[in-house]
Amino acid sequence: MIAQDLKAALQESCPDLEDRDSLDWPAFNCPISALVDVVRVLKEDHGYDVLTDATAIDNGVAASPRFTVVYHLFSSQSHTYTRIAANCDDDSEPTAPTLTDLFKGANWMERETFDLFGIRYEGHPDLRRILMWDDYPHHPLRKDFPLAGFENEISDPEIAANTGVKVKPAPMAGGPFVAQQSCFESKREPVAKDESWNEQNEKPDS
Amino acid sequence: MVSSNQDIGYNSKVEGGVIVSKADAVINWIRTHSLWPMPMGLACCAIELMASGASRFDISRFGAEVMRFSPRQSDVMIVAGTVTYKMAPALRRIYDQMADPKWVIAMGACASTGGMYRSYATLQGVDRIVPVDVYVSGCPPRPEALLDALIKLQDKVSTENSAKNLLKG
Amino acid sequence: MPTETTEYNAPDSGGKAAAAAQEFETEHLEVSMGPSHPSTHGVLRLNLELDGEVVQKCDPVLGYLHRGDEKIAENMTYNQFVPYTDRLDYLAPLANNAAYAMAVEKLANLEVPERCQAIRVVTSELARISAHLLGLGAYTMDVGALTVFMITFTEREKLYTLFEELTGARFTTSYSRIGGVTRDMPDGWTDRVMVFCEEFLPLLDDVEALLTRNRIWFDRTADIGIISKEDAISYGLTGPNLRGSGVDLDLRRDAPYSGYEQYDFEVPLGENGDCYDRYAVRMEEMRQSVRIVRQAIAKMPGGPFYAEEAKKIYAPRKDKILTSMEELIQNFMITTEGPDMPAGEVYFEAENPKGALGFYIVSKGGGVPYRMKIRGPSFNNLSVLEKVCLGGMISDISAILGSLDFVMGECDR
Repeated sequence: MIAQDLKAALQESCPDLEDRDSLDWPAFNCPISALVDVVRVLKEDHGYDVLTDATAIDNGVAASPRFTVVYHLFSSQSHTYTRIAANCDDDSEPTAPTLTDLFKGANWMERETFDLFGIRYEGHPDLRRILMWDDYPHHPLRKDFPLAGFENEISDPEIAANTGVKVKPAPMAGGPFVAQQSCFESKREPVAKDESWNEQNEKPDS
Repeated sequence: MVSSNQDIGYNSKVEGGVIVSKADAVINWIRTHSLWPMPMGLACCAIELMASGASRFDISRFGAEVMRFSPRQSDVMIVAGTVTYKMAPALRRIYDQMADPKWVIAMGACASTGGMYRSYATLQGVDRIVPVDVYVSGCPPRPEALLDALIKLQDKVSTENSAKNLLKG
Repeated sequence: MPTETTEYNAPDSGGKAAAAAQEFETEHLEVSMGPSHPSTHGVLRLNLELDGEVVQKCDPVLGYLHRGDEKIAENMTYNQFVPYTDRLDYLAPLANNAAYAMAVEKLANLEVPERCQAIRVVTSELARISAHLLGLGAYTMDVGALTVFMITFTEREKLYTLFEELTGARFTTSYSRIGGVTRDMPDGWTDRVMVFCEEFLPLLDDVEALLTRNRIWFDRTADIGIISKEDAISYGLTGPNLRGSGVDLDLRRDAPYSGYEQYDFEVPLGENGDCYDRYAVRMEEMRQSVRIVRQAIAKMPGGPFYAEEAKKIYAPRKDKILTSMEELIQNFMITTEGPDMPAGEVYFEAENPKGALGFYIVSKGGGVPYRMKIRGPSFNNLSVLEKVCLGGMISDISAILGSLDFVMGECDR
């Protein structure tokens, strides 16, 4: 009920707004060009004044659009949430508009999404990596990045030269083990889902 | 006083105010009972490290309550928690800053082997970047396990050729 | 919190600093504080630019404890991830376990029995007390009072004994499963919790006597690190830090879950949003937690402690596995393939000791999540640092960090 009212109100500023499948809160797919306007309307006219969460989803290496940015807004008055999702246009160099003008907390959350997914936020005042170190070349939460990781240099060249330590892929032999649901029954042995490096497979190169 | 050190056989009735012993025995005896830890509290294990310092487990019974956050003033680095690749250079730098002689306790599964964090961001065992003397199992180890590790380290220290190393250095 | 601010004019650190700057010649300094520093409670690093002692710029550097929890979650079944939730906010694992289980149950559209809900309430509130005790101990230690740390740790050991009896571990409890908890409470456990509550309240008064009207404590914390209401909302602060700034928001009361609507409790609020208010809010929250625990135990419902009808989600009990073929197969399927989940998206937040811990789960069906985003409250709570440290003295930073009471485990994940 609330979802329908909200949708009608939001469609005034963005006619292309669509419902998004959701099991709980009202959720909308919105074109990425209208994202900032929709969020502003939600914040200013509907009381969704807290940006609790900003993140992204990688829909798979072959999927297009590949990256979707997702925002959860919370209303401190009605104590309900709304989910806004927008597909990024470019699959290899995804970009999204920044929400830092509306919410100060968006700064770090967008830096995190940039770090882990490689989505560039246009207009962000300080878009640097936040969790991994600055020179790290990969975006770990992309689906083509294995859990074990790739071989790299560590962040401090002096320590690297003295000790010879490198970032090495983590061994996956030892679990966690998950059986695939889709395959034939006799092959349904529990194995490490990320098999980038185990007894059978060689260590991957970056 | 009952001393665990068998090399100092001191009996005041026989020897008066004089003790004769090996330099190794004396130096090691002093060192074993004043191991000042550098608490490298990184993650969950740091809470158990704090618990061993607090009233119930009372690490001061073993002469190791003087937690010094300055590496210059400490003897044993207790690596308590997950070491990530981002943290590893900082950890190594702190280890380098510690004055000799120095020891390392790898506390918990993460510090020993990477533990349950088999992932791109986690150093798979702190022994890849600093030499480790004692490994403690557990996720996190109970404070008793840490105290046990400390006693094991004391045993190790008490067998070292300290006088020789001093002259060499 | 009504304090004696009206009678006593606390020194205005900004003004004092400005006056000091006029008297002495100051120097521009760049200081890297952390990642191994006693007052950063773990591995936070602050890049500071100072003018003498006055902070001009504060740039927090995170990620020293980034262990890849979200990537790990995509590679294992829902139940296998429960131990990792222990290590998010490792001061209150029981609350994390419950929050995670409730998020996945929301995805499965599963209602857990009342007894399970009540057990989760009791454990979450005990976890809150334990987390606030540690936060308080570390906070006071940072500003120079070691006694409180010793007192609070003694109480925490009592709680650990209770947790150990309940779950088998001191603090990496892994107590929740999707659809219930691992085991029922042992006989007489609730009585021992009641005894703890009885002994705990007078002790809390002792701690208050040491701190609340202590002039040194007051000077170190009052009017230091003020966060305005607007900033608190805009930066997405949650938990005691938000309420310390006077924003009346508590998900336990406002968006109740796990049966919190049945219990009476007050939500303490601060007035000024300074370090002292955040301390006062936490003190009162512990008392309210005791109140909730007492109510929950008094009306602890009987019945099962897990959802018996959810046969494809909660692994059957051991005695049934060993005697019945059907249950054995179920147990095997749940262990190897994970619980059977519908496709869809959910977002669930629970009011944890540090703030709202959120899980955003994207499922494509099956036993493994497609994407799991963990919203750690400490991440947002720390983002305000760049603002709140400005213009203060460098010695205020340890008080501010202590009062924000963050955990890097859930901040970096």
